[in-house]
Amino acid sequence: MKRVIEGSHAVAEAVRLARVQVISAYPITPQTHIVEILSEYCANGTMNARFLRVESEHSALAALIGAQSCGVRTFTATASQGLALMHELLHWTSGARLPIVMAEVNRALAPGWNIWTDQTDSLAQRDTGWIQMYCEDSQEVLDSMLQAYRLAERVYLPVMVVLDAFYLSHTFEPVDVPTQEEVDRFLPPYQPRFQADTENACAFGQLVPPGAYMKMRHNIAIGMDEALKSLNEIQEEFYAIFRRRYNAVEAVCCDDAEIILVTSGTITSTSRLVIKTLRGRGEKAGILKMKLFRPFPVEMIRKAISHAKKIAVIDRNFSFGASGIFAQELRAALYNTPDHPPVFGYIAGIGGLDATVELIEEIYWKTKNTAFPDEESIWMGI
Amino acid sequence: MLLDAPDQEYMYSGHVGCPGCGAAIAMRFTLKALGDKTIMVLPACCWSIIAGPYPMSTLKIPVIHSAFETGGAVASGVRAALDMKGDTETTVVTWAGDGGTFDIGFQALSGAVERNEDFIYVCYDNEAYMNTGVQRSSSTPYGAWTTTTPGPEWKKMRKKNIVEVLVAHRIPYVATANIAFPEDLVHKVQKAKGLKGSRFIHIYASCPTGWRIPSEMSVKIARMAVQTNIFPLYEVESGVKYTINYKPKEYLVREYFKLQGRFRHLTEKDLDQIQEMVNEDWGLLLRKAGESL
Ligand SMILES: Cc1ncc(C[n+]2csc(CCOP(=O)(O)OP(=O)(O)O)c2C)c(N)n1
Ligand SMILES: [Mg+2]
Repeated sequence: MKRVIEGSHAVAEAVRLARVQVISAYPITPQTHIVEILSEYCANGTMNARFLRVESEHSALAALIGAQSCGVRTFTATASQGLALMHELLHWTSGARLPIVMAEVNRALAPGWNIWTDQTDSLAQRDTGWIQMYCEDSQEVLDSMLQAYRLAERVYLPVMVVLDAFYLSHTFEPVDVPTQEEVDRFLPPYQPRFQADTENACAFGQLVPPGAYMKMRHNIAIGMDEALKSLNEIQEEFYAIFRRRYNAVEAVCCDDAEIILVTSGTITSTSRLVIKTLRGRGEKAGILKMKLFRPFPVEMIRKAISHAKKIAVIDRNFSFGASGIFAQELRAALYNTPDHPPVFGYIAGIGGLDATVELIEEIYWKTKNTAFPDEESIWMGI
Repeated sequence: MLLDAPDQEYMYSGHVGCPGCGAAIAMRFTLKALGDKTIMVLPACCWSIIAGPYPMSTLKIPVIHSAFETGGAVASGVRAALDMKGDTETTVVTWAGDGGTFDIGFQALSGAVERNEDFIYVCYDNEAYMNTGVQRSSSTPYGAWTTTTPGPEWKKMRKKNIVEVLVAHRIPYVATANIAFPEDLVHKVQKAKGLKGSRFIHIYASCPTGWRIPSEMSVKIARMAVQTNIFPLYEVESGVKYTINYKPKEYLVREYFKLQGRFRHLTEKDLDQIQEMVNEDWGLLLRKAGESL
């Protein structure tokens, strides 16, 4: 049924429909609406789940590590400082092969205090072994959350579903909220492959010598590779029930495009508008929407953009001393392909600064009118 | 000596603790009292090593090894999961060192017991970070040498009174125990097991390596900690009802101190001062228990 709800609400509905059993979270703007709704659902019996109101984000994730180790489905949500505080345990979650799902609302890191959207918080966690999915609208948020459980429980790796602060978390949009029966068909109850059990006593996460440790780490790498394949299969299963599909990357008008904008999050929606206008004027412009950031879909990216004349990556994030993070990863993905197009890196919308239609158009023309990028990063709108 | 403790063993022989390790003795007796319907959360400490490397385990119960500062939080999650699965029988126990309890894990512990999570938190106290090579913690006693309080920089601060901090949370049960008093220890763990909500047991566990004592003196020195009133055996129910379990006056503080290399540098004057501090603490405890000197 279509309902007009906030992005935060879309997350909460997905958590309810996924029949999550243990939730643990600590409040931080702009994540609060998610946990407020879920608190309500747990309190009034809409959900049959335990909500642990812990004293920090660090403990929120620690508690889920404990719960998931005992074989139940779990959820947390955070943003910015909260995610940074969890850092140690992000590594722990993937190392322990726990299919925990988190909603991460992209918010700028302090100082100074800034509650608006910025992707540096989540992208800075790229090496922690979490699958990361970026969302463009609230429907995609809800759908990605359901898919996240499917994927996590297939490859035994945690998934972070990422949404823009305010542009998604606090914006009302029509969202098709599926029925419980439909979701149950897509997402069966969690059947853990391992769990702490007094009938079969095992040790989890103990001291491990280098040889075995390296093998375990290699297994995580294999799990990430599998995630890419599994996500494709999951899209088919999802489509069969819900008639919607999201690929790891989405190529918009890319086939004959000479200049391709690479986008993620809500900047994608604005870019769609820009591309439409440009196409109307005969410009050969396209978009590559990055949904999946980890695992990084290298092959799909190469296939979609290698033929273009120029690539313009728009990053709402920055790695100091290097460049925009999507640009960095994209350059690396193209490096081993022959005659690949030059990659322009644009930094836009940092700390929630509006990335407008005009700004994105400017990025397009700048790219078109410059033969070759002579800077790694071009900061827009400052 | 005949012990009134269950015969069943939940520790295999062949652990990797040092000879005379008080923490190993503490674990053995605690598990006798808890039995096999127990899931243990084990944050980083010496016991992360003692429990043995993959794919072996010294313990016959499921163990969830955890990050150093997460003892209270991981156990909260374990309890929540078991409740959701309808398992009310299994006891959840966190087993942490003094560093993981008094210092880095303090916040998660306080959070968990403030919520009155249904679990037992055991802190085995060897009065320093032993896993990493004898660095000071807030449990290290006044006067002690450690590798981070060397030479004239020996620790000039008092040991944090963790028991009173836990008592202030008004949880159902807080008790101290000592490896040299195994019957008392087993009895207290059994008592804790029979209760609901947050329960805290503080076990004094000597460390020959870190304290610079011969391994065969481990239990004797632990016993003397009680017999000098340095580590009184007592329990507090619901944050108000104090019971002192053992009232000795068998040794002076200096006799306990003189046996340990970690206190070698202390002068007679220092020891007199420490005796006064111990007397003062004991007097305070007696008053709380409604008893007189
Ligand atoms: C966040 C973090 N900081 C530091 C460490 C290193 N570390 C592991 S165990 C330990 C000391 C443990 O001391 P305690 O809790 O007293 O237990 P003990 O080793 O004395 O038995 C330290 C500092 C760690 N594992 N994690
Ligand atoms: Mg210690």
